[in-house]
Amino acid sequence: MKNTFKLMVGLLMAGIVMTSCNNQNSSNNKANGALSSSAAEKVYVAPGEHDEYYAFMSGGFSGNLTVYGLPSGRMFKEIPVFSQYPTNGYGYSEETKPMLETSFGFVPWDDSHHPDISQTNGELDGRWIFINGNNTPRIARISLKTFETEEIIEVPNSAGNHSSSFITENTEYVVAGTRFSVPVPQRDMPINEYKGNFKGALSFISVDPEHGHMDLKFQILMPGFNYDLSHPGRGKSHGWFFFTTYNSEEASTLLEVNASQNDKDFIAAINWKKIEEYVNNGGGTMMPTNYAHNVYDEHTHTATSTMKKEVRVVNPTDVPGAVYLLPTPKSPHGCDVDPSGEYIVGNGKLSANLTVHSFTKMLDAIENEKFDGDAYGIPILNFDDVLAGTVEQPGLGPLHTEFDDQGNAYTTFFISSEVVKWKLGSWEVIDRKPTYYSVGHLMIPGGNSRKPFGKYVVAMNKITKDRYLPTGPELEHSAQLYDISGEKMELLYDFPTHGEPHYAAAIPASIIKDKTQKIYKLAENQHPRKALSDSDAKIVRDGKNVHVYMTMIRSHFSPDNIEGIKVGDKVFFHITNLEQDFDVPHGFAMIGANNAELLIMPGQTRTLTWEPKQVGVWPFYCTDFCSALHQEMQGYIRVSPADSDIELSWSLGE
Amino acid sequence: MKSTLKLLTLILALMVFNCGGKEEKKKEGFSYQQKAPTEQTQKKEAAPEKVPASKRVDLSNKGVGPITSVALDSNIDQAMADKGADVFKKMCTACHRTEKKFIGPSPKDILDRRSPEWVMNMILNPEEMVQKDPLAKELLIEFNGSPMANQNLTEEEARAVLEYFRTL
Repeated sequence: MKNTFKLMVGLLMAGIVMTSCNNQNSSNNKANGALSSSAAEKVYVAPGEHDEYYAFMSGGFSGNLTVYGLPSGRMFKEIPVFSQYPTNGYGYSEETKPMLETSFGFVPWDDSHHPDISQTNGELDGRWIFINGNNTPRIARISLKTFETEEIIEVPNSAGNHSSSFITENTEYVVAGTRFSVPVPQRDMPINEYKGNFKGALSFISVDPEHGHMDLKFQILMPGFNYDLSHPGRGKSHGWFFFTTYNSEEASTLLEVNASQNDKDFIAAINWKKIEEYVNNGGGTMMPTNYAHNVYDEHTHTATSTMKKEVRVVNPTDVPGAVYLLPTPKSPHGCDVDPSGEYIVGNGKLSANLTVHSFTKMLDAIENEKFDGDAYGIPILNFDDVLAGTVEQPGLGPLHTEFDDQGNAYTTFFISSEVVKWKLGSWEVIDRKPTYYSVGHLMIPGGNSRKPFGKYVVAMNKITKDRYLPTGPELEHSAQLYDISGEKMELLYDFPTHGEPHYAAAIPASIIKDKTQKIYKLAENQHPRKALSDSDAKIVRDGKNVHVYMTMIRSHFSPDNIEGIKVGDKVFFHITNLEQDFDVPHGFAMIGANNAELLIMPGQTRTLTWEPKQVGVWPFYCTDFCSALHQEMQGYIRVSPADSDIELSWSLGE
Repeated sequence: MKSTLKLLTLILALMVFNCGGKEEKKKEGFSYQQKAPTEQTQKKEAAPEKVPASKRVDLSNKGVGPITSVALDSNIDQAMADKGADVFKKMCTACHRTEKKFIGPSPKDILDRRSPEWVMNMILNPEEMVQKDPLAKELLIEFNGSPMANQNLTEEEARAVLEYFRTL
């Protein structure tokens, strides 16, 4: 026993000797050059300090957008976009349900793919971020002031909204292309009559420069290929938009084989400025259709959904000189434009080589009509006349390319599971690093703008396998962070990501962090059923509908005792959070509610619907630990039989 | 056991030796702690009177926060007081009632017990007040730990609320 004690004391002593002068040790570390370049130190963001970049990763099948810090890989927030989110009541509260309305009715889920941050003069301006819903075609706009989804517009005549949502260099348009071509307008017809009959709609949605409001300005009805990905021209190629296509075979079945027949598919080059001019002069035709436009108002704290009934469509052959096809080997996937706007990279996923087209050569080929036939009247440019160069056999299964600010490109290879760095212009491979495993997109902050911040690249992988502690058959996806500031890439860090991030967009934190909103001002609350002070708290019966105007503040609800509710009633809790301080949300949970909770930010009003089914006295409470008296933040509702004559009454503290 | 004691002494010696630079600070900390019991004794002396913080009068304490000096005119500025009443209704009545103790104390006759600076600092800077101001600390306990919410009033609004309190 004594020996054990001595041993413990000895160990303790050793521990004290080693740790008691922590300060000195760490200052020694800082003086040590070798240690300061360690991967750990490069990703370490000390407690209380902030990351250098915000990274916005699409949620894939979560339908949402997640916010991470770089280089730490810490997740800060999940922003609900296309999916109901019981965590805060998005898509359950009466105010937010209209956000998920579509021409198919209420669609509470989607598959979100490609976020893109708004730009001015080709540089990230940090006002909004856009993201596409792939399954039921929609584009969302999220405010980077509130980090809330402010607007969702449905895209008609589209299916598998995949070559979306990419913005032009002054955010004139957010562009959405269809992956699946479909009959336009939709009609009952045999599937095997696809070829020549289905259409691929490329949608140009204008963005109001002041408020960001989206308006579907026109759709180009292209041949029935699959429009896979896209990116805007920038700099010299501003005014053009580029879309990769596959399935130029126009197969409707077993695409695995049948869409891989042609040696080359196309990159479609669209001169949108020319089409915009055509449309502004009355060109195109208005086609009857049906799509939802949902807008959230920050002041009423409420979304409204409007059904639009027509869309302007443009036949590409009606606008000469506006649309060309650039042959690109083997089912190109990613379509990426370098910061100068000169190079358009087609990542032919079944090709051994990377194909890079030249914008200058393309203009020259157009001017000199170096055509190689046409597809449904759209000129096909001669491959050799538009080719800038080829990166020879850099890897297997190229998917996506991003750029740094030093004239380098970084391409992901899905099959060989690596990121390859190569030089624009000389097309030589400079470096390659493995990813874990099977990388899809990669992302450099600003890597698809005129001004990339070439410090980090994040690889977003499709397969996780053994990277983390196993969690049963279903795993989160894995991301890797590489330092790209040197000649060679250096793997720094591995972190799990939520849902399936396809693409991501990142921005220096300094551009947006000081502009973010902290509270909603009560004085600006224009919710029609707000209760701005305790004296506004009341209950109004309108037949079976009972409207409860309730307030919440640390740490009580007003009213917190309610009587006169009856089985069969429909109770609407309109709750206003009276706090005006940063980070004091309150929650509201009602026993037996068939929807979700509400999480209400300071100054905000939210409505939860509850249909009491059982006689009794039922509690509600605050779900967000708000103060030392949080557990006291509760109330009761007396539910009487349907034929009861108990009068409606409410109180607090009586 | 003896050897254990020796070891412990050695450890202590090592700690002191290793952290020679911190020795002075520790002494400071010590002397600070020595002061504390004196304060506690004072409190104990006050305790028999059992005057709760909300009833105690302290017109010299200006509190902790942005307000260091407020000049009150002998006449009440009615326009300002009206504005203050409006702000009070919107921002404060969830927890404060003029006629009674509610979640927090009633502001009636507050200027008989507190300096105007203290009142405005409590409105504008409640988080720091309940940490650093002895009266505010005691009030937090007296009112069951219910925190004074920072409603992000401007100084002008807080001043107007103060003027309104003068009319109660």
